[in-house]
Amino acid sequence: MTTTTEPLLSFEEALERFDPAFGLEVHVELNTATKMFCGCPTQFGAEPNTQVCPTCLGLPGSMPVVNAKAVESAIRIGLALNARIADWCRFARKNYFYPDMPKNFQTSQYDEPICFDGWMDVEIDGPDGPETVRVEIERAHMEEDTGKSLHVGGATGRIHGADHSLVDYNRAGIPLIEIVTRPVIGTREKAPLVARAYVAQLREVLLGLGVSDVRMEQGSLRCDVNLSLAARDSGALGTRTETKNVNSLRSVERAVRYEISRQAALLVDGGSVLQETRHWHEDTGVTTSGREKSDADDYRYFPEPDLVPVAPSRAWVEELRASLPEPPRQKRARLQQDWGFTDLEMRDVVAAGAIPLIEETVAAGTTPQAARKWWLSDLARRANDAGVELDAMGVTPQQVAEVQGLVDVGSLNDKLARQVFDGLVAGEGTPQEIVAARGLAIVSDDGALSAAVDKAIAANPDVAEKIRDGKVAAAGALIGAVMKEMRGQADAGRVRELILEKLA
Amino acid sequence: MPDITRDEVRHLADLARIDLSDAELDHLAPQLSVILESIASISEVAADDIPPTSHPLPLTNVFREDVVRPGLTPEQALAAAPEVEQQRFSVPRILGDEQ
Amino acid sequence: MSASTTRTAAELAEALATGETTSVEVTQAYLDRIDAVDGAVHAFLQVDAEAALVAASASDERRTAGKPVSPLDGVPVAVKDVLTTRGLITTCGSRILEGWVPPYDATVVARLRAAGLPILGKTNMDEFAMGSSTEHSAYGPTHNPWDLDRIPGGSGGGSAAAVAAAEAPLAIGTDTGGSIRQPGAVTGTVGMKPTYGGVSRYGLVAMANSLDQAGPVTRSVLDAALLHEVIGGHDPLDSTSIDQPLPALVDAARRGASGDLSGVRIGVITELGGEGYQAGVQQRFEESVQLLISAGAEVVEVSCPSFVHALAAYYLIMPSEASSNLARFDAMRYGLRVLPEGVPAPSAEEVMRATRDAGFGDEVKRRIILGTYALSSGYYDAYYGQAQKVRTLISRDFAAAFERADVLVSPTAPTTAFRIGEKLDDPLAMYLNDIATIPANLAGVPGISVPAGLAPEDDLPVGFQVLAPAMADDRCYRVGAALETLLQKQWGGPLVAPDLLEGLAQASEVTR
Repeated sequence: MTTTTEPLLSFEEALERFDPAFGLEVHVELNTATKMFCGCPTQFGAEPNTQVCPTCLGLPGSMPVVNAKAVESAIRIGLALNARIADWCRFARKNYFYPDMPKNFQTSQYDEPICFDGWMDVEIDGPDGPETVRVEIERAHMEEDTGKSLHVGGATGRIHGADHSLVDYNRAGIPLIEIVTRPVIGTREKAPLVARAYVAQLREVLLGLGVSDVRMEQGSLRCDVNLSLAARDSGALGTRTETKNVNSLRSVERAVRYEISRQAALLVDGGSVLQETRHWHEDTGVTTSGREKSDADDYRYFPEPDLVPVAPSRAWVEELRASLPEPPRQKRARLQQDWGFTDLEMRDVVAAGAIPLIEETVAAGTTPQAARKWWLSDLARRANDAGVELDAMGVTPQQVAEVQGLVDVGSLNDKLARQVFDGLVAGEGTPQEIVAARGLAIVSDDGALSAAVDKAIAANPDVAEKIRDGKVAAAGALIGAVMKEMRGQADAGRVRELILEKLA
Repeated sequence: MPDITRDEVRHLADLARIDLSDAELDHLAPQLSVILESIASISEVAADDIPPTSHPLPLTNVFREDVVRPGLTPEQALAAAPEVEQQRFSVPRILGDEQ
Repeated sequence: MSASTTRTAAELAEALATGETTSVEVTQAYLDRIDAVDGAVHAFLQVDAEAALVAASASDERRTAGKPVSPLDGVPVAVKDVLTTRGLITTCGSRILEGWVPPYDATVVARLRAAGLPILGKTNMDEFAMGSSTEHSAYGPTHNPWDLDRIPGGSGGGSAAAVAAAEAPLAIGTDTGGSIRQPGAVTGTVGMKPTYGGVSRYGLVAMANSLDQAGPVTRSVLDAALLHEVIGGHDPLDSTSIDQPLPALVDAARRGASGDLSGVRIGVITELGGEGYQAGVQQRFEESVQLLISAGAEVVEVSCPSFVHALAAYYLIMPSEASSNLARFDAMRYGLRVLPEGVPAPSAEEVMRATRDAGFGDEVKRRIILGTYALSSGYYDAYYGQAQKVRTLISRDFAAAFERADVLVSPTAPTTAFRIGEKLDDPLAMYLNDIATIPANLAGVPGISVPAGLAPEDDLPVGFQVLAPAMADDRCYRVGAALETLLQKQWGGPLVAPDLLEGLAQASEVTR
């Protein structure tokens, strides 16, 4: 288990004395059909070593060939991040030894990234309403992913203490885009929020582009957090740490907070921050020391001699620019208006990452308010309980639309609809199948309803009398009784009609 | 150009993951010095405005369509592995961190 | 019917076409010849008799059906052990790959198979093609058929010796700094390094990716052109492959064989000759130039001043790329795994170190260390960066020279074959063997080495090099074939290693 005894200074006190600067390095796995440099498939979760070939296994003699779609995706990402696209750039070899890297060099880009000098305006909630912070993007470059190791024989399945490791190269060679920000300064106590919002918004941009699944829990979006402190108002940059594998939005915020407190404690104690790689521990919410940055980090970059330069033509870049989707911020404003949501409603939708889900649900024929209701109340609660992202629940927008459709035609009511969602989450089939299997359809058969209504009238003579006297509003109590009798599966509208007919 | 020292050779061998023995270091260091001395002239040959050539041919934009091609079966992939476990390459315990 | 092992591939192809012999007969004759002489020559690391005969038999069936798939269908070939062969052990002459059976074919190998050439086996080489003598093979040196105490050149000494010793009519070599041409020169055979990008490198285990090129090793210029047309041309699996049709190489070789070079401008490179070149080598070179003049060629002297820096640039670029290429040999996925002695439960890192120390030979280690040095931070600009600029200067020298001449010529190697062991512990002296061949690799231009006779002082073969502009490989064949025709007219036949003639006669007795 990970334990820490590192002293921390409170976040508030840390900010009284220091200015934090943070930077984010985000690795995005592209959702291309094949790998960066070979024609192997990229399916997540395949059996080990079933998606490999001489090239991605680094066999002697094998050679890479660049995936055109990956280059296209890289350029589209760059354009969406307001970056410049290189007229001419190359791949380079980053040389270091590691068992999950088949060639013991990573084919990446070094001083000639395909995208550079971009920015993204990140929106956060300030005390006086929404605030915008511009995050500058230094570069976005193309590279290949590594294989995955399973550590065997240790107590915890972690690398340390393991007896040996088992390597699966299915992931080796999957295209990655690494997006690197410049240091973000001047955000002070908002630094953790801005960092989180940047990643959330970047995720939204990538989703909009359709270039990646951006599933943090599956590792298709991975985040490293750089953080340094400088004496307050000094305008300087301190020694930074690089915290690896911060792989949820919440963790990004927590890791920034933690490193601010940890580094501040070191500095006030007269110590200094070590330039090093640190590991984030999701379970305990702390970072621990990893590898010290040193001269040994000599990656001996040089241009990849097996590949030729990438020189995107102006025409190609402009064609891609013209085909970019609407930027998320503009799109949000447009959708809010279209959907008629209040600011507060929209903020909740954004926070839950539910825009694309609601969009698709509406496209499938549901009203915006109904779509919002399902995703943000019932489904969001379930996702939260299960600790997964809203879109990873196993419920699709089409299914939500189908369920609402059944409500609209009176086959289901809200209560029954929730039970259908139970079934969907449990993987019991389509909404129709679940309705049938669980026997959830509303009863509108007059025979059964009529008997239940008679029974309710008989059991509540005083209420019946009121209705006969014209106090129609009292019908609610009888409806409730009928519904109870029918275990919620009665068509409430028809029950009301029957009651009024019988007591007319 | 500086002579390459025994310690430097040891450091380079470390970077290159070769466990050179003392005898090998004694043997290699002077040989490398001689070789380096003979190629030292190169640092003064080309003027600043000469562009470097990394590829003998001026090709650009050689791409492949994003279409799946058949690869190896796991049996083929693992056939030459020193050790195999659970359809994976079994390797000794890993000390260092990922980069 | 006979299947002599001394014929050229073109002659064998003709004999196969007329039905005078069969591929099985020819292939068996070479396998017998290998049995008879390879104990002394050691040109082969692997002989695959069974598969060669199966391929030969399939070729004969196609022939009978009237459907040969190429002009060389049925003519056997030997392949340097640096190209992957599916199902056939590929070691690159290294202990670290001992017993490795590749699951895939190099494109060159796939094309040989598709063209119906039975593969006799894999030829010896300096470990990972690093050397000029084949002494750096982990499996022992190859001996020069002209004098078994001498080196056959390198790194492709096995391929050259196999052809010189009549163990194969054709072989594939690879040339990073001269490894096809220099062995050709010192064994009296023809070796052609095609234009960079002209022959696919897919499946060629890289030493220096920006310099490596596979090409033919043969007994005649025409044979080289025939083989080049089989293996050459665009390959989508190699991003550096040229997407253009090959020039008409066989036509050029046939045209050159007429012996007429009227209107051809030939440039003699000032910097590649004279001091440092053995007297007999220089003499045979100059005589050959005179012959070309007599054939109608116009000869000019051209200066390529940057060539004097080629060796230095080469010994920075090649080890840099090699140090990175060879990093994959780490005992994790294939090849040798050595556990360090006296270390209980060694880590992956320790196993990598121990394996790479035990699995690589001295020359490989020297180059890995040198390359690691040249690429390391603080030195990159001074070394690797400068070397790449020198590369530009060399290309410019070539461009200027090719404005004045259609081809450039020089001796292929500064000396004839030296004795085994003579330069083994003097890397610098060894490197100088490639001084005339390296510029072509740095610029990516094609070059052929053609036998120019024997040096008077030691009766050992001398090579004549013809260089042409990129994608003008046909010029190498035209001028090379012309020189070959003119020289053979003088000699009364091709150059054949004399001390093996007796063994040769015995071998053909066996096949009758």
